[in-house]
Amino acid sequence: MSKMTNIMALNGNEAIAEAMKQINPDVVASYPITPQTIIVERFSEFVSDGLVDTEFLAAESEHSAMSSCIGAAAAGGRTMTATSSQGFALMLEMLYIASSMRLPIVMAVANRALSGPINIHCDHSDSMSGRDSGWIQIYSENVQEAYDNIIQAIRISENKDVRLPVMVCMDGFTTSHCVERVEILDETSVKNFVGEYEMHNSLLDIEHPVTYGPIALQDYYFEHKRQLLDAMDHAITVIENTSEEFEKLSGRKYGLVEAYNMDEAEIAIIVIGSTAGTVKSFIDGSGNNKLGLLKIRSFRPFPIKEITNKLKNCRAVAVLDRALSPGSLGGPLFTEVRSAFYDEQTKPIILSYIYGLGGRDTTTNMISQVYQDLESTIKTGKTGKLVNYLGLRGE
Amino acid sequence: MVRLKEIAGSEEMLGCGHRLCTGCAEPIIVRQILHATENPVVISNATGCLEVATTIYPYSAWKVPWIHSAFENAAATMSGVESAYKALKRTGKISKNIDFIVFAGDGGTYDIGLQSLSGALERGHRLLYVCLDNEAYMNTGIQRSSSTPKGAWTTTSPVGKKVVGKAENKKDIIAIVLAHSVKYVAQAAPSHWMDLMTKVQKALKVDGPSYINVMSPCPRGWRNEPEDSIKLSRLAVETCYWPLYEVENGIWKLNYKPKKKPLEEYFRLQKRFAHLLLPENKPLFDEIQRLVDERWESLLKKVSL
Repeated sequence: MSKMTNIMALNGNEAIAEAMKQINPDVVASYPITPQTIIVERFSEFVSDGLVDTEFLAAESEHSAMSSCIGAAAAGGRTMTATSSQGFALMLEMLYIASSMRLPIVMAVANRALSGPINIHCDHSDSMSGRDSGWIQIYSENVQEAYDNIIQAIRISENKDVRLPVMVCMDGFTTSHCVERVEILDETSVKNFVGEYEMHNSLLDIEHPVTYGPIALQDYYFEHKRQLLDAMDHAITVIENTSEEFEKLSGRKYGLVEAYNMDEAEIAIIVIGSTAGTVKSFIDGSGNNKLGLLKIRSFRPFPIKEITNKLKNCRAVAVLDRALSPGSLGGPLFTEVRSAFYDEQTKPIILSYIYGLGGRDTTTNMISQVYQDLESTIKTGKTGKLVNYLGLRGE
Repeated sequence: MVRLKEIAGSEEMLGCGHRLCTGCAEPIIVRQILHATENPVVISNATGCLEVATTIYPYSAWKVPWIHSAFENAAATMSGVESAYKALKRTGKISKNIDFIVFAGDGGTYDIGLQSLSGALERGHRLLYVCLDNEAYMNTGIQRSSSTPKGAWTTTSPVGKKVVGKAENKKDIIAIVLAHSVKYVAQAAPSHWMDLMTKVQKALKVDGPSYINVMSPCPRGWRNEPEDSIKLSRLAVETCYWPLYEVENGIWKLNYKPKKKPLEEYFRLQKRFAHLLLPENKPLFDEIQRLVDERWESLLKKVSL
């Protein structure tokens, strides 16, 4: 356990900025966007006060922020940034390039709905649009997790068997702006945990010149992508091992998923982000050991085995998606969970629920309705609609 | 001072084996620039001919550290490299002095990369940005850019019955760069290699951003004979189409004053301008000649101030 833990009242953005201060990266290149802005504001204060050694690059767009992160990481600097929504979308081109160069960049994402209509509140349409970009995606339920995940992300991304960029997501406003009690580790423990960054094929190693970003055509492009897939597979074990080490330091246990009240659960909700807290609150209030929750912490890599294993005794499952895939069947989490069960001998009924788009509040009443739907499904054997919408007019 | 004897003996940093076209001026310019450097260099390259033709995986023609990430962001990518350099130098992880050079075409500079260039200039990163200006998107097959001169044929400014070549004037990129209070800005051409190399040495001494716009004849896009590329570069200078000048700390200086030749001599060797020499397009040709004359006169006023 860490020698000293400091209890603070911070919102998610401030907690992430605090983690970044303790990590003391070489370069932070970023651009302001609601609801992430506080991260870069706080961090630039740390820079101005000389509390970090970081070179702070105030880019003229998110595209340039990520381009600069790529340059900085290729030059051998430990590199971090943050974004949301439109900024994420503007970066998308560069996200693929960062992962293909295998650069360990860590980015905080305060999830926010993509325009249009323009909206500043939470849903997961931004980071879900980057789910195939080759970045590891770790989602946080609350402020404490956002802080803890950023610290672990450094270790995961820099692991030699992984070397992939990591985005740590938290729900915009719900987590980014809500002040919660946070246990902040002492700085020395964090520095020891993340360790010194070892440069790898640095552009600044002039005695050993490297070429970053060559053109690879029909003859090599495919193999580059295959290597990226292998790295993503390795990340499963690395995320688990990093969580174990972090538990020794902090006393807080993490995994690829979090199973809540699942031991005897017959029906369960699968969800990402802060709504897991709402579901937990409902379960606690119900006192019903038949209601379970599976929270996805790592969406990329997608923990197929953990998901099927934890849900194997359930009779019906609701997958809650806070993002759309228009023209597809339900949201992205739903299709992947259903696909994960294809080879299982016994599988639960799996329903899709779209919720909380554009920051629409998701209440315990809605969660109650989902569990009622699942109960009625297993009683009657009738599934009703496969894709459902929570808290939407006309539904 | 650049000495030919020393250059001849110094190591090539862009090696042989690259696949740029015969007569392309880009590798000539890049080698001239790299031979002028004193410190080790890191290069950031925008997407374009130079990038695709020098780094076909698993080969690389570069003997210096080199990075390409995308088209519109060579300046932003290098901003990150230079920031990491500063941070790592401050924490004592590296000790060598390194110079940073960006190469981008006119598409990657005047058009899609303008924002990222502006950002890097405003933030004041210590880098030399070199635009290899061949006046169109040559890598995608000769499409007009905002650097394409008025009247020139490209595949997206064709010579038609109603519109004859590009209708608009070439953008004044130097004026845009100067608006960022950049301490060293210059225009150069590969035909005048000593001038170009001297400019590179001056630019790299600036503690901040510097910019050199280099004419880069392109036989494919300009429809000229490959052996005429350097001749064309010289004619562009001699006709005052491409004046060689520099702006150092706000002071304008003309580096070479030609005995102004008629523009026709420059146009005649390029099929992209062939239609402008036909009798029916004489008014358009005259208008372009007037434009060149006006720019030259305006430059002469600036350098005499």
